[in-house]
Amino acid sequence: MSLRGVNRSFAVSERGIPARQVLTDVTLEISPGEIVALIGPSGCGKSTLLRQVIGLDSPSSGEVRIDGSALVGIDQRCAIAFQEPRLLPWRSIVRNVEIGLPRGTDRAIGHSRVTELLHLVQLEESSQLRPRQVSGGMAQRAALARALARGPGVLVLDEPFGALDALTRLTMQDLLLDIHAAEPATIILVTHDVDEALYLSDRVVLLGQAPGSAPGSGSGIVRIVDVPGARPRDRANAQLARIRSELLEGLGVERHHQVIPQPS
Amino acid sequence: MAIRSNSEADVAANEAATVLQSALEFEHSVEGTALAPPIRRTQKRPRWFAFLVGAVVPVALIVFWQLLSTSGIIPAYRLPTPISVWEAGVDLSARGLLLQDVAISTQRVLLGFFLGSISGLAVGAVIGLSRWASLLVAPTVGAFRAVPSLAWVPLLILYLGIHEDSKVLLITIGAFFPVYTTVSGALRHVDHQLVEVGRAFGRSRMNLLLIVQLPAIVPTVVSGLRLALAQSWLFLVAAELIFSSIGLGFLLKESQDNGRIDRLFLAIILLAVLGKLTDALIGVLERFLLRRWS
Repeated sequence: MSLRGVNRSFAVSERGIPARQVLTDVTLEISPGEIVALIGPSGCGKSTLLRQVIGLDSPSSGEVRIDGSALVGIDQRCAIAFQEPRLLPWRSIVRNVEIGLPRGTDRAIGHSRVTELLHLVQLEESSQLRPRQVSGGMAQRAALARALARGPGVLVLDEPFGALDALTRLTMQDLLLDIHAAEPATIILVTHDVDEALYLSDRVVLLGQAPGSAPGSGSGIVRIVDVPGARPRDRANAQLARIRSELLEGLGVERHHQVIPQPS
Repeated sequence: MAIRSNSEADVAANEAATVLQSALEFEHSVEGTALAPPIRRTQKRPRWFAFLVGAVVPVALIVFWQLLSTSGIIPAYRLPTPISVWEAGVDLSARGLLLQDVAISTQRVLLGFFLGSISGLAVGAVIGLSRWASLLVAPTVGAFRAVPSLAWVPLLILYLGIHEDSKVLLITIGAFFPVYTTVSGALRHVDHQLVEVGRAFGRSRMNLLLIVQLPAIVPTVVSGLRLALAQSWLFLVAAELIFSSIGLGFLLKESQDNGRIDRLFLAIILLAVLGKLTDALIGVLERFLLRRWS
């Protein structure tokens, strides 16, 4: 997948919100099976960039290509999971996952695929429950299964674990890595959690305004960090800790020199 | 734990007290575990209980009516006794007239209601979903809605005559607008995030409507249907009062002309009963739909 010079600006809206440039010249090559984490300060256009990738929105200029062909509208090769589970409350978990199946999937094949996915995200026993009857973590796993049901080449995750409690989040990160090992799709992950980015991804892309640029000129890629080490990684790795503090600094969080070792 | 009393208010008060008590006894928070059991207990009450409580006021009304009409305070030509109304009903049904009136009125209402709500659903869906359709057509539909529906009567009679068509069409108009208004409004307010999920998973417009939007507005549609049904009965009576030779509205008008106050009361009570019965049918539909779609 490649992003070439993606710009996105919004015109003056009906409600009088002034025109603004959100993304400026985002160019990024992502190789198949890679996990890329997008991080950036709040409001820097992470989600807007994701919407270009999934085809929910199209760039003002520039283009998004998958396997060399440009993206036009919603693409069958992509699937997304949002920060919220966004399950249809009137459908059981299994019927929600079915929504993710590509259109025209044979019934029997679709059914076995969904069963397999529910097994993968450990939800077989809750498959007949409605979303309101399961926990937030379970609902998020169902949303992940729904995205996987597509058999996507590119899996787009918009802060997928952001709304979960800290423990569930760690479990879900390992689950995501298991899934990636089982079905190696390209994963583009937006997160505001630097630790999560370092634990999961091959590369971390820091999005934000270029230093010294005029305010309102839109975000671009500030830096790209290759994360060392094979997964699963040690969360307390010293090398990662150093990258983390660099990234945090890039996000505008002050680096405190006095490093106190913390259990994680 | 607490003493049970017969009246509803006392029961509720006792339950509240019980909650507090058990909260204190078991050191649970009042909002948490302790509150759940009493709520479940009210749900488990048998259905006849609600029926019985609901029947209290009507029965009291009839008793009061009987006392009032036999006391002589109000003369009999102004207020008939319940018995005389009953007898009027028996008399009319013995001659086969009552059943005929009830049947034709119900038929008109159901037909008009059916046609009106189907078209209201269709037009409401198009206008609620398409920005263009909304811009183009919504103001016009709004203007038609603003016409007091009875204003159509002379035109309908001129065009369609005083046959069934004109009456059913009037009721259709009456049933159309509540459904149209609720459906088009509700579709605009379907959770944007859920719609986006549908789009992200490559659903076509029609598919999106069937999978996400229609199920999401089921509760609103049902309340729209309820309003439409009430409107249908309203317009039925209007149509039958103005131009008909059969039906409950006609019975009303005829009884007014002949001074048959007992039949007037009979017709009004029948309208109440029929309205409530058809509304109960919607209630059954609602329970089914809400169980399935929420």
